[in-house]
Amino acid sequence: MSDWARPGSPGAAVSRERVLGRVRAAIGRAQGAERDVAAEYAALPRGYLRAHHDPAEHDIVALFAERAADYRAVVESVTTAALPAAIARVIADRARAGGTGAWFAVPAGLPPGWLSRVADGTPGVRLAGDDPPLSALELDSCAGVVTGCALAIAETGTIVLDHGPGQGRRALTLVPDFHLVVVRHDQVAADLPDALAGLDPALPQTLISGPSATSDIELVRVEGVHGPRTLHVLIATADCQG
Amino acid sequence: MRIALFVTCLTDTLYPEAGKSVVRVLDRLGHQVVFPMEQTCCGQLHFNTGYRAQSLPLVRGFAEAFGGFDAIVTPSASCAAMVREYHPQLAEESGDRGLARAVAEITPRVHELSMLLTDVLGVTDVGASFPHRVTYHPSCHSLRMLRIGDAPLRLLRSVRGLDLSELPAADVCCGFGGTFSVKNPGVSAAMCADKCAAVLSTGADVLCAADSSCLMHIGGALARQRAGVTTMHLAEILASTR
Amino acid sequence: MSMPTYLGMPAFPEAAAEALANPQLRRNLAHATGTIRTKRAAAVAELTDWDELRAAAKAIKDHTLANLDHYLLQLEEKVTAAGGQVHWADGAAEANAIVASLTRAAGTDTVVKVKSMATQETGLNEALAAEGITAIETDLAELIVQLGRDRPSHILVPAIHRNRAEIREIFRREMPDAPAGLTDDPAELAAAARSHLRRAFLSATVGVSGANFAIAETGSLVVLESEGNGRMCLTLPETLISVVGIEKLLPSWRDLEVFLALLPRSSTAERMNPYISTWTGVRPGDGPRAFHLVLLDNGRTTALADKIGRQALRCIKCSACLNVCPVYERVGGHAYGSPYPGPIGAILTPQLRGMSSAADQALPYASTLCGACYDVCPVAINIPEALVHLRSLAVDSRRHARFQTDFPAERLALGAVAWTLRGRRRLAFAQRAASASRKLFGASGSAAWTRRLPLLGGWTRTRNLPVPPPESFRAWWARTRQDDASPDSPPEIAPGLPSPGTAPRQTGSGTADE
Repeated sequence: MSDWARPGSPGAAVSRERVLGRVRAAIGRAQGAERDVAAEYAALPRGYLRAHHDPAEHDIVALFAERAADYRAVVESVTTAALPAAIARVIADRARAGGTGAWFAVPAGLPPGWLSRVADGTPGVRLAGDDPPLSALELDSCAGVVTGCALAIAETGTIVLDHGPGQGRRALTLVPDFHLVVVRHDQVAADLPDALAGLDPALPQTLISGPSATSDIELVRVEGVHGPRTLHVLIATADCQG
Repeated sequence: MRIALFVTCLTDTLYPEAGKSVVRVLDRLGHQVVFPMEQTCCGQLHFNTGYRAQSLPLVRGFAEAFGGFDAIVTPSASCAAMVREYHPQLAEESGDRGLARAVAEITPRVHELSMLLTDVLGVTDVGASFPHRVTYHPSCHSLRMLRIGDAPLRLLRSVRGLDLSELPAADVCCGFGGTFSVKNPGVSAAMCADKCAAVLSTGADVLCAADSSCLMHIGGALARQRAGVTTMHLAEILASTR
Repeated sequence: MSMPTYLGMPAFPEAAAEALANPQLRRNLAHATGTIRTKRAAAVAELTDWDELRAAAKAIKDHTLANLDHYLLQLEEKVTAAGGQVHWADGAAEANAIVASLTRAAGTDTVVKVKSMATQETGLNEALAAEGITAIETDLAELIVQLGRDRPSHILVPAIHRNRAEIREIFRREMPDAPAGLTDDPAELAAAARSHLRRAFLSATVGVSGANFAIAETGSLVVLESEGNGRMCLTLPETLISVVGIEKLLPSWRDLEVFLALLPRSSTAERMNPYISTWTGVRPGDGPRAFHLVLLDNGRTTALADKIGRQALRCIKCSACLNVCPVYERVGGHAYGSPYPGPIGAILTPQLRGMSSAADQALPYASTLCGACYDVCPVAINIPEALVHLRSLAVDSRRHARFQTDFPAERLALGAVAWTLRGRRRLAFAQRAASASRKLFGASGSAAWTRRLPLLGGWTRTRNLPVPPPESFRAWWARTRQDDASPDSPPEIAPGLPSPGTAPRQTGSGTADE
C-alpha cells in the first residue's frame, strides 16, 4: 500500500495538515482560536415548515398511500387483522408469476403471524430465512422479499428501512426483483423533519420512494433498473377502521 | 415632482427618441424633468466585462451628476440594476468613504421608468394611445435583478387602442448579454434567432421592451431578416398620443 | 487542481461554435431541458416554503464553510470511531493513488462505481486504467458515456446529449450481451443495462462512490440515486471507497430535512428520488467490511479563500442551473471543457483549476448574465455576481498573459470607450462624430463594411448595427430645453453641432428602415 493510503503514515499526515492549514488560511481562522460554533449553528434561520401537511388537518396515511402510488409503487390498505391474508395473496400472485420453485427471502424478526397464511395461498411456496446469510447470487434467484420498515414519510411517499429486526440487512431488500413491504399506520410521519428525528444515524438507512427508476434517457422517467422493479406496499390500518 | 433623468449612454447616443419619450410622458403627468448634463454612463459595460477598475470613475461620475435629487428615472432596467446592485459594492471596494456615502444615498432613488410610474407615482394609465399590435419582451435584468414584475404590462394594457399579444417563452434571454454577443457571437445569434421566431409567432407589428440594449439586439436581427416588425422602447409607446 | 481528461480542449467560444453546428445535439438538449424545466417548476411550486428552505440551506452551507476545519475534524473523528478510515487528498493525483492502492490491497483489479462528480474531476477511471484496474461505471448515463467512449455533458444526466436512438446504437455496438432485437424504448434500454451489470454487481469486491452529503455530527455519508446501482455499489462489495469533496459537509443529521427537500425537486423534479442510502462507518453483518473516506481538496480551498467565489462551494450538484440556462441549452456540456458544465461550471471550474489557461479565462464569459440560474439555485448561489467577479480576475490575469488572443483588441476598445465616457464633452464629441457618419451605415445599418469590423464581425453576420441618430439626446436637450438643465451643470458647449432640422420622430428605433 502506498504511503498516502495509510492513515497515520508520514505522507498522509502531511496531506492532512496541508489541507487543514489551507482551510484555516482560507477562512481566516487560527487553529484553536476561540469561537462558539454550536451557538452559531443554533442561531441559523429555519423559517421553513415542519410539515407541509399538518397531521391535525390531513389524513397522513392516505397522503402516504397517494404519494407512494405516484411513484408507481403498488399500494394497498388492509386492516391489521386482514394483513396475513393479504400478504399470502400478494406472495401467491408473485409466486405464480415466478413459476415453479419460487421462493421468498424473509428477514429475522418479522412479527409473528404475518406469514401465517402464506402456505394456504400457495401450497409449496418456500420461505427462506437469512441465517446463515444468503449469498448475493442466491438472493438474485429468489422471487422476492417480505419486510416491515422503520417508518414512512407521507409528504414524499417514502419508506425508510433502518435494517433492524423484520427488515434484514441492506442486500436483502436490494437484490431481489420484488419487494413486499408492510407499513403500519402508526409508522407514517407527516414529513421529513419528524421522520429524520425518528431515525438513528448510526444505523444504515435506506429511503425508498417507489421502485428503482431512471431518467437518464431524454430525462423521461422509466421505472425498473437495478433495484427491485416492483415495490408492493401493504398499509396496515387500525382494525377499528374496518 | 422634480425628477432627474438618467438617460444612459446607449439611449443618449443611439436611441434619443426613447429619452425624449420619457421627458414627454413625465411632462404630460405634470412633473418637472431635469437632465444633469454631467452624466455619461453607469459603467455596466466595463463592470460586466471584467474591467472593474475602469467602471469606478463612472460610478464616481454618476454620483457627482445625480447627488441631491429625490428621484432619478432611467429608461433602462439593466442600467438601473447596475446602479442599484453594484454601485454600492464598487464604491465600498474603492475605500473612498465619501463616495460610498454618496452612492448609498443615491441608489435607492434610482428607478427604472415603469417602476417610477407604477410604484413611485402610482400611475398605470399615462394617457397614451397606440393603436397597434404589440408584444413585450421582459429583459432579464428587469425580471430577475430589478424584479419589476408586470409593471410594464400594466402600463401597456392601459394604452388606448393597443392590442397586446403575449410573447411565448418571454422570460428567456434574447442572447445579448453585452460583450457576450461579441465574445460568443454564435450562441448569441442562436438565442436571438429563437427570440425573433417567438416575436414573429405573435403577429405583432411592434416589439416593445424596457431596455434599448435588448431592442438593439433583437431589432438588429429583425431588421436583417426584413421581418417587418418595428422595435420601440416602452417609453415611446407611452409617449404616443392620438 | 487538475482535471486530467480535459487538458488541451478548445476554449468555450470555439467549442460552442462546434456544438451549435450539430442540429441533433441541439434538438436533444432542447427536448430534455425543456421537459425537466416544466417538471421542476411544478415540484418546487408544491412547497409553499421554498424560499425559507432555500434561505436555510444557504445559511447552513455558509456556516459550514466558515467553520470547515472544525467540521472536517469532527467528521474524521466520527467516521473513525464508527470503524471507517479517513484519508486526506491534496489533489487529484493523490486521491487517485489512494483509491488505486486501496483497490490493490483488496486484491482485485476491478471496481464498480456509482456516479460521482469528484472522481470525474480527478480523472479516476483513467488513473486506475493506467494502474491496470478496470472501473465499471454503473449509472445508466455514465454507462452510456463509457461505452460510447464519450464525455459526460451534464452533472445529473451525463448522456443528456444522446437521444434514445443513439443510445440503442451504442448498446448494440458496445454491449456484447445486449438482447437481439433491442429497440429504442427507454424501458428496454434500462432492462438491457440491468442484465449487463448484474454479474458485475454480484461479484464486486470494491465499490467506489462519492457522496451528496457528509454529516460531521455523526460521521454519516449520504448518497441519492434512482436506479439502485448506488445501493449495489455501497452494499455488496467488501470494501467501499468514497471520494468526497471537503465542501460536502453538513453539520448535523437534522440538516438533511432541508437538503432532502431541496435536492430531489431541483434535480430530477421528484418529491423524493427513489433511493437514498446513508451509512456510518461499517456495520457488522451488513454491507462492506471496510470503509474508506477520501476527503478531497483539489482546489476547493482556493475557492474558499475568495469571498465572492466561495459561494460556488455551496453547490449541491442538482443541475437546475444547467437546465434553465439558455446558453447550456444551445451548446450542451462538452463546450465547457470540464465535468462541471453550465452556469455552475463556469464559476466552479476556473476557481478549482485556476485562471492560467485561455480556456479557464473564457469560462466566466460563457453567460449572458441573464440570472435564470440564480433564480432556480436551491442554495441561492448568485452565479451572475460570481461570473462578473471572475471576469475581473480573468482581466487581471490576462494583463500578465503570454498567449495571443483577442484580448489586446478588446482591452484597447474598452479602454477607448471608458476614456470617452469619463467626461461629458468627450461623449458629446463622439456622439457628433457618430451622427456625422450615419449615412455610411446604409439602409437600416446593414452596410457591407459592418460585417468586416474587428471584434464586431460575429454580431454583424446576423444582425444589423444601429444607425446613429441625427442628434444625440443630450444635443436635443441642449437645443430645446437647456433652461431645465440642473443648475450645477454648466451649459453644454457644442460647436459644430450637426444641424438638427429633423422633427423628433415618434418611432425612434435606429434599426428601423429610414
